Amino acid sequence: MSRNTPVTDPPAPSEGDTGRRDPRLLDTAATPGGWWRAAKRKVRAGELGAAPVVIGLLLIALVFQLLNDRFLSPQNLSNLTVQIAAIGLMTTGVIVVLLLGEIDLSIGSVAGLSAAVLAVTVMRHGWPEWAGIAAALGTGLLVGLFHGFVFAKIGVPAFVVTLAGLLGWQGLHLWAMSPDGTINTRSEGLIASLTQTYFVPWIGWAVVLLVLALHLASTLTSEHRRRAAGLPHRSLAETVLRTALLAVPLAAGAWILNQHNGLPLAFLVFVGAVVTLDLVLRKTRYGRMIYAVGGNAEAARRAGINTVLIRISVFGIASTLAALGGVMLVSRNIAASTTTGGGQELMMAIAAAVIGGTSLFGGRGNAYSALLGGLVLGAITSGLLLLPNVDTSVRFMITAAVLLVAVIMDAASRRGRKTHARGGG
Amino acid sequence: MSTPVLELSGISKTFGAVRALDEVDLHVQQGEVVALLGDNGAGKSTLVKVISGAHTADTGGAVVWDGRTVEITTPADAQRLGIATIYQDLALCDNLDIVANLFLGNEHLHFPGTLDEVEMERRAWELLRSLSVDIPDLRVPVASLSGGQRQIVAIARALLGEPRVVMLDEPTAALGVAQTAQVLDLIEQLRDQGLGVILISHNMADVRAVADRAAVLRLGRNAGDFPIAGTSYEEIVAAITGAADNPVTRRDGRQTAGAEESR
Ligand SMILES: Nc1ncnc2c1ncn2[C@@H]1O[C@H](COP(=O)(O)OP(=O)(O)O)[C@@H](O)[C@H]1O
Ligand SMILES: [Mg+2]
Repeated sequence: MSRNTPVTDPPAPSEGDTGRRDPRLLDTAATPGGWWRAAKRKVRAGELGAAPVVIGLLLIALVFQLLNDRFLSPQNLSNLTVQIAAIGLMTTGVIVVLLLGEIDLSIGSVAGLSAAVLAVTVMRHGWPEWAGIAAALGTGLLVGLFHGFVFAKIGVPAFVVTLAGLLGWQGLHLWAMSPDGTINTRSEGLIASLTQTYFVPWIGWAVVLLVLALHLASTLTSEHRRRAAGLPHRSLAETVLRTALLAVPLAAGAWILNQHNGLPLAFLVFVGAVVTLDLVLRKTRYGRMIYAVGGNAEAARRAGINTVLIRISVFGIASTLAALGGVMLVSRNIAASTTTGGGQELMMAIAAAVIGGTSLFGGRGNAYSALLGGLVLGAITSGLLLLPNVDTSVRFMITAAVLLVAVIMDAASRRGRKTHARGGG
Repeated sequence: MSTPVLELSGISKTFGAVRALDEVDLHVQQGEVVALLGDNGAGKSTLVKVISGAHTADTGGAVVWDGRTVEITTPADAQRLGIATIYQDLALCDNLDIVANLFLGNEHLHFPGTLDEVEMERRAWELLRSLSVDIPDLRVPVASLSGGQRQIVAIARALLGEPRVVMLDEPTAALGVAQTAQVLDLIEQLRDQGLGVILISHNMADVRAVADRAAVLRLGRNAGDFPIAGTSYEEIVAAITGAADNPVTRRDGRQTAGAEESR
């Protein structure tokens, strides 16, 4: 028996230590043919990441701009960022649940309940607005922990628990709102300011610079540490180049938003939630545990992870974000009504998560799906509104088609990964 | 001969009316590979689970670790002693990369709660290099690995706890020829590093290739303990099936006869 049989053919010596990827997987991208083969392989293996949705977004923008040149106007784009904030926050919550391989059907009802709690406490009982917001978010958290408990501890499928939640919390919402039906909130104050505040231009630029500086600093330190540890690392030039590439969309966004009213607070809250969730998922042990439970719950359990606690907490996060979405809905409508959160919010939030690239099958996806998926659906809605003689029916059908494409890609890439796994070697 | 690192004596385990293990003895020394053999239902997996703390044995038996009597009642007990188990299903998270799988549940942290990826990746390289395993990139999802590579990741993961005894339940059952060779190399390497290895396998070729000793179970009892070097294949098969005249030897007899005729 020969010793040290390599598992695979020895990797071709790579030029320096620049690549982190498997050299065997990396088709030579130097030639167009190699690039094309690499792209085809990635499509089959389901490793495309954000590329399809970004391309889709650019296409959508192009089409609507051709149909109506107001689509890419600063005003329309600025409105779009505010319009997607509420459902975007709900999507952010859905993503965490999807990462576990579960689903939360109650987020629309929870958003509605939270809207009712906010309006009733503030307008009927005279609570300060911040206290009303805290009560709404607290309600969401409790509801989510309850869902998680029934699911993880008692063992009822999440689908059923949250389906009961969908009905039950909507019932509680209606009961809390009766007999009014609609409760108007103040047109000024903390609640209204959530969606009416726009920051003066320099703040938008400051946010962009801060994000870029933090990004550069953190990647530089981590690449430096990798280099010191003798691990494959990126060159200084590549790190700087990557930050520069990130700077392009950020600067473009700030420039466009500043041409209208400036950076909207609502959009900042949404993006802030996305970035925070992304950091939690990628950088913390807690996030790692969420992916592990979503990937293989039994393996996670044997590795000593408290799967029950992870599941309960994830449902808590999802409902809290849904409640924050409900607060945003109240802020935008300056009212809570019996229909708040009861419309397309649930469907749109789940669709956005999947369109953004988070898998329905658990363990795969990221926080930025909320932003990308939200932008796609927001762009479709806003673009169709600019067209004459186009009503909701068309929007539903287009949204359905986009969603179907996204789900098909999800399923295909899942199959691709399955057939690629255990192959070769 | 040194004292065994792990020595079991008189271990019994009953499931209701089934006596899965009946006064079983087993020992393994440092730097020794013991093949645990037996037909389906002989009690091999049950014995491994008793040792790994997944099952508790009935009272009456004794487990001696390093000359000291110990009790193993939970998986944590076994891990603390230095017993690592690689179950047949591997228990890997397909969606996570190799480094994440290796350290799952034992992540290195820098600030409270945040992952120290650099340190984990460095340790992972170190570990795999010490096993002479050549996986070019540790940041690919485990789903994209071959069966042999997955098995190796599972073994490497068990070795991170610096165990002194490693138990593998059918590690090569699902593997091709080259991958099997890779895993067997790894087992030899563990032996050379002074670990005790308990290997369950149905593949006699694997057993003959790496094991120093074969401990045979039959219907939950010890049915022989042979040094591989001085024992014929037929003797071991006879112990497994419980008869000198068994389907395997009959079949082999026919085939050798046939081969000689055609020569
Ligand atoms: N959890 C259990 N409950 C009841 N019977 C069991 C259990 N585990 C194993 N057994 C029985 O113990 C015997 C030995 O099984 P096992 O250890 O799995 O055999 P092997 O791994 O050698 O094929 C079998 O008769 C099996 O049915
Ligand atoms: Mg078995």
